[in-house]
Amino acid sequence: MLRVTNQESKARGSRRFATVRLFTRNKTALFGAAVLLFFIVVALGAPLIATHRPADMDPSLRLNKPNAVYFFGTDRFGRDLYSRVVYGSRISLGVGLSVVASTTILGALLGLLAGYFRSVDEILMRILDGLMAFPGIILMITIMAVLGSNLFNVILALTVVYTPRMARVVRSAVMVQREMTYVEAARAAGAGDLRILLWHIPRNCVAPVIIQATMIFAYSVLSESSLSFLGVGVPPEIPSWGNLLSDGKVFLRRAPWITIFPGLTIAACVLALNTLGDGLRDILDPRIRKKKI
Amino acid sequence: MGIYLLRRFVALIPVLIIVGTIIFFIMHLMPGNPASLMLGPEATDEQITALSEKMGLDRPVLIQFFEWFKNILRGDFGNSLFFQGMPVTRVVYEHFQATLFLTLTGLSFAVIFGIVFGVLSAAFHDRLPDRILMVITSIGVAIPNFWLGLMLALVFAILFPILPPAGYKPLSAGIWTSFRYLILPAVALAFGQASLIARMTRANMLESLQNDYIRTARAKGLPEGIVVFKHALKNALIPTITVIGLSFANLMGGAVVTEQIFNIPGIGRLLIKSVFTRDYPVIEGIVLYIAGAWVLVNLLVDVAYSFFDPRIKY
Repeated sequence: MLRVTNQESKARGSRRFATVRLFTRNKTALFGAAVLLFFIVVALGAPLIATHRPADMDPSLRLNKPNAVYFFGTDRFGRDLYSRVVYGSRISLGVGLSVVASTTILGALLGLLAGYFRSVDEILMRILDGLMAFPGIILMITIMAVLGSNLFNVILALTVVYTPRMARVVRSAVMVQREMTYVEAARAAGAGDLRILLWHIPRNCVAPVIIQATMIFAYSVLSESSLSFLGVGVPPEIPSWGNLLSDGKVFLRRAPWITIFPGLTIAACVLALNTLGDGLRDILDPRIRKKKI
Repeated sequence: MGIYLLRRFVALIPVLIIVGTIIFFIMHLMPGNPASLMLGPEATDEQITALSEKMGLDRPVLIQFFEWFKNILRGDFGNSLFFQGMPVTRVVYEHFQATLFLTLTGLSFAVIFGIVFGVLSAAFHDRLPDRILMVITSIGVAIPNFWLGLMLALVFAILFPILPPAGYKPLSAGIWTSFRYLILPAVALAFGQASLIARMTRANMLESLQNDYIRTARAKGLPEGIVVFKHALKNALIPTITVIGLSFANLMGGAVVTEQIFNIPGIGRLLIKSVFTRDYPVIEGIVLYIAGAWVLVNLLVDVAYSFFDPRIKY
């Protein structure tokens, strides 16, 4: 391929720098990223940040109000809710990240195929439309009903539901890129379909994928909690945020804190992801960028 | 228009076939014999074989698939395994009313509050009311709707008991009584969607307020209220309609969770109950009903476009 001249590489470097600068200037994106980073640090450092072991029971401490020792109070087995929320971040964020990874890989693959080869497009898109013809939660519940509830199946069910979204985004990006001059140039320079499909086009579709991935992360955290709350998600002994909420439902009257804190945590996490997604859209979508500058 | 509608209806057929196929393969080709899944872990081998034969599971998959499809086309979704073998259509029908009322009440809340807040936000662009509404709506999008439901129940039914904490009264109990029971669940259900609609309406209003005809309307001395609500809003509503259509689907999905919290005997609760009792024919029926409804709503949304934007002609 053509060698990149010094000037071109400089131009590319400064463009990347411009994106970084836009990111640091965009307060929404920064706020979202900071909160998300906080949650990731909490998840990684859970053993250091938690004050108790999440599964330690003490019947004498049943349903204690939040206090200086048990920041978020205790649940019906006397377990420390704060530590359970801290450890729960590992499960809930883990599920979210796994779903993001699997939907991105699968969705990008399907989207690239559909966007680049017209013959694949028709069939693939009809199937994906079919999958999108269900409210997501219903499809997830159905899959969980058939497969049984465990952590892996939750990730699988969410992947089935969110892959079509990613595939659609990639497909439309590819359809735009396919017609670009650089693709023609690459082909003229002797690049085959495979090289164009796996190297030239994906490099130019990164922005919409990142935005969509952030959104899918947010949806996944919400969906995991809904499924677990309904009792068809993560098995109840695992302290995911949804399961913590589900535990609290019966004690809403006597011990509302069991419901309040995990819910606030989920809301904060999803809010962070949404604001990050919105901010990234402002930064990465050149059409909006032009308007703003 | 008539031909367009007909074409759209015909185009529904392949979508429904694909939807049905997906459901069939999820339910029938997943690991594990459906018969043994239905009977649970305590079933003996003989029982499983007997049920498999009765359900036709010993026949080739393709034959099963065509049988199944033929029955669905005739409106026969099979019999529930749990409700004394009642036909699935009847079981679903009996639970449908509550879900429909909940979803429609939720949808009207979402549309009314969404549009009103969106317009207010745009009218007060970058001033205090706009800022406050934007914060509320970003929170609204992020809150899990079931958690909001629990919090609403905590505040308005437990701490300040002004509304019933849970349950459902059919319309025959009187409109007001029935509505009182629906307020909390519908608000919980609709808050997220109202926020989405508000954000969408705001963005579209801001764009449509930039148009030349708005300047003309102002220049000829029309009151600001008429400019905003009549001239700008009608054009801003077109993209919002898509969001409303999507909202309807999301509300149907959200209803599953909301019904669970507020003990509303709708199809969402039925679905969860059926999952726990392994009532596979009912699960299948519910999913098909909902997918069918969703596809129809999408069609209605497309038709509604032409009402709001006469430039779109079919």
